[in-house]
Amino acid sequence: MALKTEPFVINIGPQHPSTHGVFRMRLTLDGEVVIDLEPVIGYLHRGIEKLAEGRTYTQNIPFTDRLDYLASMSNNLAYVLAVEKLAGISVPERAEYLRVIMAELQRIASHLVGVGCFLNDCGAFFTPLLYMIREREKILDLFDMVCGQRLTYNYMRIGGVSHDIPDEFLPALDKFVREMSGFIDEYDQLLAKNEILLARTKGVGILPKELAINISASGPVLRSSGVKWDIRKADPYSIYDRFEFEIPTGSVGDAYDRYWVRVQEMRQSVRIIQQAMEQLPSGEVLSEVPHLFHPPVGEAYGHIEAPKGELGFYLVSDNSIAPYRFHIRAPSLINLTALRDMIIGWKLADAIIVFGSIDICLAEVDR
Amino acid sequence: MEIKDEAGIYVYSDKELDRTEGKAIEAMMAHCQQPISDPDAWLDEELRRNILLTTVDAALNWARRSSVWPVTFGLACCAFEMIAMAASRFDIARFGMEVYRASPRQADLMVVAGTLTWKMAPQLRRIYDQMAEPKWVLAMGACAISGGTFAQSYSVVPGVNRIIPVDVYVPGCPPRPEALLYGIRMLHNKIAKRSIISESR
Amino acid sequence: MTVALSGKEIATKLEEQFPGSIVESSQESLVVNSEFLLPVATFLKDAPGLDFNYLTSITAVDYYDYFEVVYQLTSIEHNHSLIVKTRCYGRDNPTIPSVVSLWRGADFQEREIYDLMGIRFDGHPNMKRIFLWDGFQGHPLRKDYL
Repeated sequence: MALKTEPFVINIGPQHPSTHGVFRMRLTLDGEVVIDLEPVIGYLHRGIEKLAEGRTYTQNIPFTDRLDYLASMSNNLAYVLAVEKLAGISVPERAEYLRVIMAELQRIASHLVGVGCFLNDCGAFFTPLLYMIREREKILDLFDMVCGQRLTYNYMRIGGVSHDIPDEFLPALDKFVREMSGFIDEYDQLLAKNEILLARTKGVGILPKELAINISASGPVLRSSGVKWDIRKADPYSIYDRFEFEIPTGSVGDAYDRYWVRVQEMRQSVRIIQQAMEQLPSGEVLSEVPHLFHPPVGEAYGHIEAPKGELGFYLVSDNSIAPYRFHIRAPSLINLTALRDMIIGWKLADAIIVFGSIDICLAEVDR
Repeated sequence: MEIKDEAGIYVYSDKELDRTEGKAIEAMMAHCQQPISDPDAWLDEELRRNILLTTVDAALNWARRSSVWPVTFGLACCAFEMIAMAASRFDIARFGMEVYRASPRQADLMVVAGTLTWKMAPQLRRIYDQMAEPKWVLAMGACAISGGTFAQSYSVVPGVNRIIPVDVYVPGCPPRPEALLYGIRMLHNKIAKRSIISESR
Repeated sequence: MTVALSGKEIATKLEEQFPGSIVESSQESLVVNSEFLLPVATFLKDAPGLDFNYLTSITAVDYYDYFEVVYQLTSIEHNHSLIVKTRCYGRDNPTIPSVVSLWRGADFQEREIYDLMGIRFDGHPNMKRIFLWDGFQGHPLRKDYL
């Protein structure tokens, strides 16, 4: 006699230890298997795009910090690049090198948290995350030395960076860079061939290549599906064309590939920082930009390769001190489009793993 | 998506759910336009007269403040400073607080870390109501205290004390983990001064 | 280096295929009539040599007389990009055809534009608010909100 079953709707609610913030999923389950999924977002929608229309261009830089709060330097850089493209401002050499050093350090810090939280979701309750937070604290100390803040830096300015680095910074950075590769090897030893990690993530949540391009995925999610597309190589901004580095690309597009791509990117970032430190010139760090800054009428789209994907700012100006339209192309929102396709057919526990492997930041999704 | 059972009646419809939740949010917005006053019963000194009760009080308060368990309620950027505080460098395990419970029934303290929006407000109230007495609330960061940079936005609650009563405010954007630890020590001092008589009033 | 294709050249190609579709064109971008949006988008996506298979972003801007929806398109194979715009007039119920059938990445972004600007997209499978709650009055990003 066949058992009568009916689908069951469960809510993985906004307050949940594994949802990386306030994200809600309404799952329809048939037993343990997910048959439908609806993401509900907007629990952190603060109206940044509207508020930014009432503030000057320089006053908007702290807003960009609070977008993807784990990668504030990258957000600042994307916005400042868009404004400089709009107004045609050039940046001194030393400032360009400092921007690259900060952006790559920030990439390492963001990937450390991303990978740590993903491992948290896989079940290694707090140990890998605590190890990675230990390394991240060293990076945050470096940032503290430069701009006084640990999380939301407000360091980049239109036309350069706000302060020059103090004397203790370069020796401390040198020490960190020499030790970091050793730490990544330590994690690889514990995790890369770990049976539980492989069993939980190999083949889970596959994102095929054509679907990844169709949904406009970007960043590690796109690269782990086999598409070799990195804005630092495809459309180099700032001075990235002067450095030698590789782009790690996955093959299958499952959760393990996304984890592996992030770890390899950390190694490449260490390479870039070493090259930038050797080539760092001396000079000014901020070019002359008027205090109340009027860009000419027009529009510009500036984008960078942020740790989570392609972060872009679309600015429209009407020659006043505040932007007419300030739009943020948020990588996390667009990477979430395929969540439903990746999870349907898998079990409830895999849903958490797949969601964690995309590595989103809710403040960027909701703005 | 909608699911109907054999009789053709809706078991689940996402549009219905959205509508009900939208009404709850609008009701909350209309209801919570004034801040709730901070609980300050501990300031009442005249009741602490009976010596026997005071010793029992002291023992109870020592036990309560040495193992305040927080509920996970990180909303935005401040959540990361809270996690950094719970990690190994700024250890809160030395205060007995490293056990972050996901279920509000097992928690004593709610650290509201981050911006609260009107869409999230009914959930905050629900989690607060589910916590068992005695419970405390710590508003961390400028956004939780008064709305912060986003105070004039159309969807941000200007301060968590519109929805729930707050015991300790920790300013900063985000406050450093050391500042948050100072706020938690202030909360411990506040707990140390509670008395049983004032609780049962 | 991603080459930003000239709006004028693409506009001439499109005029040959779909006469009457181009409203104006400049070096940086081209403006398409909203009735021709889907055929033009299909042509841009499939034509050999153009192959715009990656939709970078969709935005909407409120100029008081009209709303302008801006599409940033990229081709991963050829590494070139293009900006296509379209306009819709009227503030009560502006509508534009949806491109979700071509690029699925438009899904959440079109819902966001509906939520914050009020522009409806015909053919979108799930046109409802995404950031604000059901029952919120108005569309906040419009210039005449508050």
